[in-house]
Amino acid sequence: MTIAPPPPSAAERLKFYSVWIVAVAALVILPKIFSSGGSLTTFSLIGISIIFSLSYNILLGQTGMLSFGHAVYYGLGGFLAVHAINIIAKHKYAIPLPVVPLIGGIAGLVFAMLLGWVSTRRSGTAFAMISLGVAELVASSALILRSFFGGEAGISANRTKVLRLFDWSFGPQIQIYYLVAAWTLIAVIAMYALTRTPLGRMCNAVRDNPERVQFVGYDPHVIRYIAFCFSGFFAGIAGALAAINFEIANSAYLGAAQSGTVLFSTYIGGAGFFIGPIVGAIFVTALSLSLSDLTQVWQLYFGLIFIAVVMFAPGGITGLLMMHRPLIKAGTLTRVLPSYLIAFVPTLAMIVGLILTIEITVYHTVNPGDDPHIKAFGIPFDASNHGVWAIAAVLLVGGFLIARKSWALVAARWDDALTEARAKGVAA
Amino acid sequence: MSNAIEMRGVEKTFGVTKVIQGVNLTVAKGERHALIGPNGAGKSTTFNLISGYMKPSAGSILLNDREISGLPPFRINRLGLSRSFQVTNVFAKMTVWENLRCAVLWATGHRYAFWKNIDNLPEVRERTAQILQDISLVSRRDVPAGLLTYAEQRALEIGITVAGGADVILLDEPTAGMSNAETERAVEQIRRLTEGRTLLIVEHDMSVVFGLADRISVLVYGEVIASGTPDEIRSSRKVREAYLGEEAA
Repeated sequence: MTIAPPPPSAAERLKFYSVWIVAVAALVILPKIFSSGGSLTTFSLIGISIIFSLSYNILLGQTGMLSFGHAVYYGLGGFLAVHAINIIAKHKYAIPLPVVPLIGGIAGLVFAMLLGWVSTRRSGTAFAMISLGVAELVASSALILRSFFGGEAGISANRTKVLRLFDWSFGPQIQIYYLVAAWTLIAVIAMYALTRTPLGRMCNAVRDNPERVQFVGYDPHVIRYIAFCFSGFFAGIAGALAAINFEIANSAYLGAAQSGTVLFSTYIGGAGFFIGPIVGAIFVTALSLSLSDLTQVWQLYFGLIFIAVVMFAPGGITGLLMMHRPLIKAGTLTRVLPSYLIAFVPTLAMIVGLILTIEITVYHTVNPGDDPHIKAFGIPFDASNHGVWAIAAVLLVGGFLIARKSWALVAARWDDALTEARAKGVAA
Repeated sequence: MSNAIEMRGVEKTFGVTKVIQGVNLTVAKGERHALIGPNGAGKSTTFNLISGYMKPSAGSILLNDREISGLPPFRINRLGLSRSFQVTNVFAKMTVWENLRCAVLWATGHRYAFWKNIDNLPEVRERTAQILQDISLVSRRDVPAGLLTYAEQRALEIGITVAGGADVILLDEPTAGMSNAETERAVEQIRRLTEGRTLLIVEHDMSVVFGLADRISVLVYGEVIASGTPDEIRSSRKVREAYLGEEAA
């Protein structure tokens, strides 16, 4: 073993760059396959959410700071972008639309620089509480300072009125999609590069042990502050793209729900991995768009998913997938897979039972006067039929009891496979 | 010969309890100095005061003739003083390599740089590799620090402490909890790593203290009651009564 880690081999370098090339190709090809306006909007929202979630993870995953108010920088980026578009259009400045997200980013950066110095003095509870306080402060001023924030209605803009570049009006959604895709790619690369710098490495050190950082010459406050500023910058870019996409910015951009969603995406995706927030942003955005069509109480399901992830998969979706790496390397994954299938059936039954129970309860508590023939997740059933109640109860309770046994089986198989992988010399 | 560390009338009060009462201590440049004393005498507090972890209530502390009392730890570190901790205090989720690299970054002048590629800094790489070899953890390079054995974590702790190249090193019970063989190895390592630097060490193992130190200071109830060569300390009646005698009895 050489002392220093060897520089990446040609094969590793090729693998690294091909990931990025595949990503670019996927971004270009996606709209050719799914060309409907709806899917283009979905892709645009996912791209925005990826930038926003990654910016949040500079705080949570990289530097160990839990913020409850990250939407402040997203929202201010959005408002500044809308004002910028209006000013550019009014004075006919020679600034094309693709540059506007940078204005949003600078807005996010400036506000992070102003608001972050005090809150980054501490991490942990103090930081979380101050972030919450600042978020409330900004969200309430959004309703008071009407000339800037436009009150309840917000401020709208017409994105087609700015200088045209190569005859792109940015009216059609496909052009917005490419704008978002390009910015997403730039932001993802920039944020990845940031993790590979002295500052990025020291962010991890502050996350692990802020006390010790002081004894190797660094001021953890300064590290947290710089990380916070970067985080605000990229959040501002995401907010500006959202404002361009919707042609409006309103107080919801800055609100607690928006701050909650980004925490949610990042955590579900896996804050411990660089790609975690990307996975989370795709999952949560796609799910929130589809779930809201399927059921009235989609937020409730979101809450349940979040609790399930926190309890059973603290590493998020990415963490779950990464757990399998040593097994794949050692070729012992096949020992686990059959047990997954066995566990899948009762777990699914339990989930169906849970969904039925929730939907029946919602019907009887929220809309008791309506027609009991309701439809949830595309399946019609009669919520006042006692037979359905019985089925729900049997699925929920029976499913849970059997599922618990099957999970024990999965755990046992898992231990076997991992022991075997270790025996083959694969590090976990 | 000038002093690396000089404490003059340093006091530290927690609430109404005076833990350190007027400590006067001088450590000459290049000297290996051991600080001994019974449990609760204030040895760790003295370390915390010198390294900036705590602020003294009164008195002054000089590092290379420069007043440092009241400065935050990172400023004191930048002035050339580095300390280890009694309870292992590393970056648990990062690998051994990354732990050592973090300790090298400030000293090599990269500070808060966010425009440099970490893998493209040859002097950082060389220094990290050197320390990794010095603490004999080459085979554990890519293991997260939290998964190391106890003795390995202690070695990493010392590695992080010396990696920045500080010329004054404070080690807080570096061999605590080690077996005899491990202690012997650790002492050899400490001797090698602190060659040409000033060392102040807190240690309970008297064989380590008398084998390693050029001078010894005895701290009892927050006061330095004696300071001298190992022979002087061994033959001092005051010390025997207050400390060594208790152990012998």
